[in-house]
Amino acid sequence: MAELKDKISALCPQPQFDSEGEFLLVTVDDAQWHALAVALKEQLHFDQLMALVGMDWKDSLGCMYYLTNTATQEIIHVKVATTDREKPMLHSVSDVWAVANFQEREAYDFFGIVFINHPDMRRFFLRSDWVGHPLRKDYDENPELNPLRLDDEPNEDYTCTWVEDENGKVTKVDKKVFEDDEYVINIGPQHPSTHGVMRYRTSLDGEIVKKVDVVSGYIHRGIEKLCEGLTYPQTLLYTERMDYMAAHINRHCLCLCIEKALGIEVPHRAELIRLMMDELMRLSSHLLSYGCLTMDQGATTAFFYGFRERELIYDIFDRTCGARMSMSYATIGGVVADVHPDFVKDVRHACDVIEKNLKEYHQLFTGNVIARNRMIGVGLLSREQAIDYAITGPSGRASGVHCDVRKTHPYSLYDEFEFDEVLDTAGDSMARYMVRMREMEQSIKILRQACDKLEAEEGNEFVAPKVPKLIKLPAGHWYQQVEASRGTFGVYIESDGDPKPFQKPYRMHFQSPCFNLVGVVDLTCRDNMIADLITITASIDFVIPDIDR
Amino acid sequence: MEVKKPHIKSMKYEDFKDNEYIDQLVAELNAGGVNVVVGKLDQLLNWSRSNSLWPFCFGTSCCAIEFMCLGAARYDMARFGAEVARNSPRQADYIMCQGTITYRMAPALKRLYEQMAEPKYVIACGACTVSGGPFKNSYCVVKGIDEIIPVDVYLPGCPPRPEAMFYALMQLQRKIKVTKFLGGANRKEKRLEYVTDGKD
Repeated sequence: MAELKDKISALCPQPQFDSEGEFLLVTVDDAQWHALAVALKEQLHFDQLMALVGMDWKDSLGCMYYLTNTATQEIIHVKVATTDREKPMLHSVSDVWAVANFQEREAYDFFGIVFINHPDMRRFFLRSDWVGHPLRKDYDENPELNPLRLDDEPNEDYTCTWVEDENGKVTKVDKKVFEDDEYVINIGPQHPSTHGVMRYRTSLDGEIVKKVDVVSGYIHRGIEKLCEGLTYPQTLLYTERMDYMAAHINRHCLCLCIEKALGIEVPHRAELIRLMMDELMRLSSHLLSYGCLTMDQGATTAFFYGFRERELIYDIFDRTCGARMSMSYATIGGVVADVHPDFVKDVRHACDVIEKNLKEYHQLFTGNVIARNRMIGVGLLSREQAIDYAITGPSGRASGVHCDVRKTHPYSLYDEFEFDEVLDTAGDSMARYMVRMREMEQSIKILRQACDKLEAEEGNEFVAPKVPKLIKLPAGHWYQQVEASRGTFGVYIESDGDPKPFQKPYRMHFQSPCFNLVGVVDLTCRDNMIADLITITASIDFVIPDIDR
Repeated sequence: MEVKKPHIKSMKYEDFKDNEYIDQLVAELNAGGVNVVVGKLDQLLNWSRSNSLWPFCFGTSCCAIEFMCLGAARYDMARFGAEVARNSPRQADYIMCQGTITYRMAPALKRLYEQMAEPKYVIACGACTVSGGPFKNSYCVVKGIDEIIPVDVYLPGCPPRPEAMFYALMQLQRKIKVTKFLGGANRKEKRLEYVTDGKD
């Protein structure tokens, strides 16, 4: 860490360091930030922006940037703030890391921070006529300001860029989203193949897609704001309703983050149960994505096969947790209750059945001529692009990015298990599909090992014995990431160390994998046929509530 | 002619938990008096309508996954004649609203509802659509879709199990069986009020 400090000091005059937390914190002025960002990327190879967390520290507004070096897996975070609350402005880094494009739009929407030189400074989640920025601490929650509007929302034909001239004067430049002679068709928000309520404004030249403007926010539920009004154990429920196909994993992540902050040691058996639930969830998620991808290409039969096996997994959840979806099973310090007596037997059975049927899936779909023609070489995403857009999970690994958090930063008990990180290099729709299919085999492998371990485990401990009744975090901030079924899921918690008995988080941010995935829709669909837009988005496989939160 | 209590094949009348409102609807119809010819024709219409309900695919979040399970092999919606999920509101009979409706989505939902052909029905599926559910305190979540469109059946749960979805579907079938379409539809006026509400 000291070595890194010296290197960064050489890049930029007088940065402030704080190495007390888990990662090195660098605080810089906004004026130096853009130059430092370029240097960090080009000289120190911090080539991926993992998370961008907008913050309101009451006296100042700003952002936390979590950066990672994909070669060494080193992580640092940079704090940039401005004290101007009336017209907060920061320099955009969307030209350095492409993923910052949507991330900064989110920060603008939530905090009103304008990013200078950002190419497309529009709101991301809320309607264009929304008053105020909801995550600011001084936000006026008066429902009369933002009533339920039933009139149709106007199309945003113009966007703007805030340009800075040599004297430091910032001016707003309007520009058009689509040119006058472009032929734009609208897909969504209600469309069966967008996998939820997502809207693409698509510019076409004949049948070829020229540009996709993603309009998101149709299922933006304000989870981050809601979390600020609840105690820590209460916030757990929202994690399951973001990416409902990774409910256990997301909840596990938030539990890990709170446990890290409190220093709670989770019993080995409890952690093992959580890990098994995570892997079952991953299987269920990949089976669903198989079903949806096939159905989007017209192979309805394959959809039924995928759902047949998912019911097996749902039965296991049902017996142990008492619910098929939104299980609310993991808790701070372990799990809520012990597993069902037949749990291990059921898991072994499910593993056997799914392993046997995976061959059937390949017979049904993988070798199909139509499927191969529609997926091979379509929707290409290169390794560099995947890193630039912070694409993780199966979609990232299909482009050859080594990004499985279970391997790069082993959490839970993953370092005790033997499994392979599935990698492909093609980066097309077929590779993304195949990575998922092969990952299911790895999940089965992990589950089988876990079954043996759970049987060998003595006692029936399922929760840490000393979890405080009232969860109170010391002042500070923490970041935890896990490998969710669609990519790296991160939780950022900032606590002000409030001494009140029912402490609420000062800020909680969820860095969802699907938010980054939707950023490449424009890139991958460009110059492809309009019909391939559906296949490509299905192979990227995002869950809309996870994007919008 | 006397209007009888609705009977559906799948479940006995007594086994349903909330029969009061069905009783009330039957009493209302009987009080108005029903012509035998029109009544018989109505029964035929109701029988056919209640057994071929085509849903409109409208899933915004978690409940949509359970709805997909409903369509898959184990639960098999086809047993109720409701498997033909339509992607266009023009072709659907009822809209099963699965998932939270936010302020941004609300105008779209209202428009989709208005595009459906009469007779049309709404099932509010899941806690979010009934009352806002876990997101009730949010700044941009509609507190129950009955603020926007009229609802026929409320189905709680987060998300409801497929069995619960069948229960809601059967409730809707029973409701359709005691509707009077000919000679004065007993629900039409209320719907029109809703439709004109937003425009004036």
